[in-house]
Amino acid sequence: MVDRIESLRAEASAAISAAPDRAALEELRVRFLGRRSELTGILRGISELEPSERGPVGAAANAARTALEDELAARREALDAAEIERALEGEAIDVTLPGTPPVAPGHLHVLTRTRREIEDVFVGLGYRVLEGPEIEHDFYNFTALNHPPGHPARMLQDSFYIDSTTLPAGVLNERGLPPGPQDVLLRTHTSPMQVRAMEAQEPPIFIVVPGTVYRRDTIDATHLPMFNQVEGLAVGEGISLTDLAGTLDHAAKALFGPERRTRLKPDYFPFTEPSVQVDVSCFACDGSGRLANGERDPLCKGTGWIEILGAGMVDPNVFGFVGGEYDPETTQGFAFGMGIERIAMLKHGIPDLRLFFENDVRFLEQFS
Amino acid sequence: MRVPFGWLTEYCDPGLAPEELAELLSMRAVEVERVSRVGVPSTDGFEVGRVVSAEQHPNADRLRVCEVETSEGTRTIVCGAPNVAAGQAVAVALPGARMPDGQKLKRAKLRGVESNGMILSERELELGDDHAGIMVLDTDAAPGTPLADVLPITDSVLELDLNPNRVDCMGVYGVAREVHAITGAPLAPAPWELDAEPEGGGSVQDLASVTVEVPELCPRFTARAFTEITLGPSPTWLRARLLAAGMRPIFNAVDITNYVMLITAQPLHAFDLDRVPGGELIIRTAREGETMTTLDGIERTLDAETVLVCDRDGPAGIAGIMGGQRSEVSDATTSVLLEVANWDGVNVLRTSSLLGLRSDASSRNEKQLHPELTIRAQRLASRLFAELCGATVVPGTVDAAAEIPAPHRISLHGARLDSLLGVPIERAEASAGLGRLGFEVAEAGERDLEVTVPVERHYDVTREVDVIEEVGRLHGLDRLPRTLPAHPDRVGGLSREQLVRRRVEDVIRDLGFDQIVSWAFVDAGLADRLRLLGDDERRVAVATHNPISEEHARMRTTLLGGLLDAARHNLARDVARVALFESGPVYLRESAGDEGGPLTGRFAGRMPPPARERHRLAGLLVGGLAPPTWRGSAPAGDAAGFYSLKGALETLAAQLGVALALSPGAEPFLHPGRAASLAIDGRGAGWIGELHPLVSREWDLPGASAFELDLAPLSDAFGGGEERYRDLTSHPSVLQDLAVTVGEEVPAERVREAVAHGGGELLVDARIFDVYRGEQVGPGRKSLALRLEFRAADRTLTDAEVGEARERIRRELAEIGGSLRE
Repeated sequence: MVDRIESLRAEASAAISAAPDRAALEELRVRFLGRRSELTGILRGISELEPSERGPVGAAANAARTALEDELAARREALDAAEIERALEGEAIDVTLPGTPPVAPGHLHVLTRTRREIEDVFVGLGYRVLEGPEIEHDFYNFTALNHPPGHPARMLQDSFYIDSTTLPAGVLNERGLPPGPQDVLLRTHTSPMQVRAMEAQEPPIFIVVPGTVYRRDTIDATHLPMFNQVEGLAVGEGISLTDLAGTLDHAAKALFGPERRTRLKPDYFPFTEPSVQVDVSCFACDGSGRLANGERDPLCKGTGWIEILGAGMVDPNVFGFVGGEYDPETTQGFAFGMGIERIAMLKHGIPDLRLFFENDVRFLEQFS
Repeated sequence: MRVPFGWLTEYCDPGLAPEELAELLSMRAVEVERVSRVGVPSTDGFEVGRVVSAEQHPNADRLRVCEVETSEGTRTIVCGAPNVAAGQAVAVALPGARMPDGQKLKRAKLRGVESNGMILSERELELGDDHAGIMVLDTDAAPGTPLADVLPITDSVLELDLNPNRVDCMGVYGVAREVHAITGAPLAPAPWELDAEPEGGGSVQDLASVTVEVPELCPRFTARAFTEITLGPSPTWLRARLLAAGMRPIFNAVDITNYVMLITAQPLHAFDLDRVPGGELIIRTAREGETMTTLDGIERTLDAETVLVCDRDGPAGIAGIMGGQRSEVSDATTSVLLEVANWDGVNVLRTSSLLGLRSDASSRNEKQLHPELTIRAQRLASRLFAELCGATVVPGTVDAAAEIPAPHRISLHGARLDSLLGVPIERAEASAGLGRLGFEVAEAGERDLEVTVPVERHYDVTREVDVIEEVGRLHGLDRLPRTLPAHPDRVGGLSREQLVRRRVEDVIRDLGFDQIVSWAFVDAGLADRLRLLGDDERRVAVATHNPISEEHARMRTTLLGGLLDAARHNLARDVARVALFESGPVYLRESAGDEGGPLTGRFAGRMPPPARERHRLAGLLVGGLAPPTWRGSAPAGDAAGFYSLKGALETLAAQLGVALALSPGAEPFLHPGRAASLAIDGRGAGWIGELHPLVSREWDLPGASAFELDLAPLSDAFGGGEERYRDLTSHPSVLQDLAVTVGEEVPAERVREAVAHGGGELLVDARIFDVYRGEQVGPGRKSLALRLEFRAADRTLTDAEVGEARERIRRELAEIGGSLRE
């Protein structure tokens, strides 16, 4: 009897491993393990056997049954996997077609980016960022910045004055010739905020003021009637010209690279005394004035230096206009102003100011 | 200001090359913009020659064949000048010499005769205008002497970029004083130190008189007279200096006035004394509308603040700017009345701006000269009139002077000097430097100085801080150490509004938009092209009085114009995606309020700003945000990108934690059926919509959508950083879908609101995920599918609770004509 079980099991095993599909497998299950199968019959008839045979026959039959069930399951899984593989073959796609792009991010304007870079350098040095009006009183733009009416320094900045009939009623304004503190204009620099900020806050004061300014220039590659500046103001006890030099040296290195050097030259602004111009060592020629091929560097015109900003110690007359805690005899501090377009042009090699305001996407996309 | 190097170093020569001196001046005194060159590039090959013979050319009427003695013996030179003659000393260029234009002179055969060089005219050497004949030299120099020894045939010119405070450097001697101060090289005595010797009896008062009616505008008026003048060309050296300085030589009497101005910075004006009736001059202001013809032949109409130099017959010159034609010096002049006057700079600048008339004189007078300079100029000019014109200097000076201002005496405190500059400066160093600049210096106390300001710096150096600037720059600004302010208590940072603005710009950028920056000024026609109606407040703009053109005359009241221009620009260039935004102010004719911060136009300072500047964010989208691919383009029904744009705006609001509400609205530039108003916390905040086809057509755009959003309400509502934790895990929520049929005219938001209202507080979310129109819902109706989320914070909801909520929703929907599709 045991021999018969072994031969049944061998026969079934061979058939299972040869079964071509799930239907054949089901047929084999019924044939070898079904209720009418011989193996089931043997198990059912065990009680009728001799007691001595019952043990060995039962064990053999149960073992055969378990083994065949495992084999059936394994074979079923193998057949399933093969079937899925066959189905997938029909689902092929052309993987060489272009992918669907996600919505690509746009771009911040390079002026926004540059303005933020400058702001962040000074925030890191403990400055707050302030903003001011672009339509401004002559008083703040010129008079309080030590440009008396008729002063020739006003000629340095040809201004857009506002048609007084287009201002809200009650605004202090009156067109004068020469223009004076009663006039209203588009600010020619961000410097008016020096006075406004000091009016609003006692020293010490550390601020930078980014913003748009206007000068009456016709549009060409190096002149625009509208551009952007960042003003800086640091006023407090003992703040000196060497502090100005150190602060702007730090800023130049942060903006243009740690290997940059700066130098100060005498300059003139009515609202600073002494006044200085700050140059940074040229990044195209590393300050040598000559390019690697020996030619004169066109960026710095062979001088090795590039002008980046104007600065100086706040003129006592400006403190006089602010009044209050700002005693002209004892208060000191420095101020500076830099052009955002100029910094961006130098950093990115942008050749023409007009590109900033043309808003050509092919330009905008170059700066993310 | 052009400063010829040879002229400058005659007064102070530190032995430096022009470029080295230029660099030093830039670092310590005044900016030298560039160093240029006048005359020949090299003095090699230029010699003095002596004409031995000059014979008629055998084959040409107008040419002479000359034998000229030079360093290498006698050579043949063919010359076309009519004035060449035997015995003359002449300027010769030998073959190989480089002419001012850089051309190398070659041997040449002229009508069969070989010419071994060239006899030069003034113009060929850039020493003057004269090209009628060759230059005949007034020299005993032997033939072969280098020409540069007898003529200034080459020089460098330092081109100064002067600031308005340094009018003293508009004179060559003033620049020489700077060279002296920064190098220590000796300074020659001032050229005006010696006065001319007057001749004969009588006095200038017999020939001329001056009445100054406006002493506040004419602090000093001086005049001298010169008679028996011999007019003629100035000597070569003088003409060369004028040319190098950028002025045209005319003849001696006029050249002298220019030359003296170029040395002293003080303008002068020569009248023909015989054309000034009675020699009588009156300084007065013009009558409104009075006219006169200036030297340049142009008739000028004047106003009542213009100051005139008049004679008995009327205006003879505009004070400090330009003389008149009527009494100008001509080739018939034999006597000169020389005016050297001091004027009010503000008035000169005003008049010259008004007339659009700038001159070498006005550019100096407008910067306020000191009255003392007038006498300096008179002295130097008198000597030159005697020397160069053979003039008789009439004794005396007409001098109408208001009180001459007393020199400034300033205390320079050592402590203040060190504190402002940040480095200790030796008193001896400060004292020596100031002394070289012409300051009188006396020591006071242990560390201080008492200084007296020289007249040429009187209006520039008036306070201690101005003296400190002088000491600082002479010390060398580039030598200062670098330090940082010692204020450890300062705290930097961005304001909340600034942080929100950055965030907004970043999010809209990340959503696919490119930032533009457009002109703040727009043309007056923009309002019409945007179809803004007569009473639309955006038609009311602040305008500039003097725009560069009508296209830039008005300040923008909406950001839309700039976006439309930029969209057109880019579409015309086939840019793949036109999704643009701008973040910037609009300018409104309103008083700035007391509320809010910079985003609403309220800024620091005692005086409020003259107008209202509101910061806005605006965007424009043409088509979709995703580029069209082979799988299809924009979602159906959204060719103009409205829902893409709205989606971007909703994402922006969500990123900032702000509830942005849309309701159907209208703007004249938007499609009437596809426009919405934006609100944040119940405050109007802007608009969104598809552009009106007429507006799109005006800018050559296909369908496009746009929005404009005030940033202040967004910033006020910004909840970043304030979120509180909510428990969403302990009690699961119940999700259900709902299909609602309503009339076509009912906005989806109205349906959502009804559902939300009916669901009560158990309904935590309801969002529309499908819209269906078709047979199953019938004509004039639509079906909206919503996903609802019910949840309670403290318990798991029962079916009964959700069922009750659904029933309430059903009732709410019935109110707006809606029914549930089960």
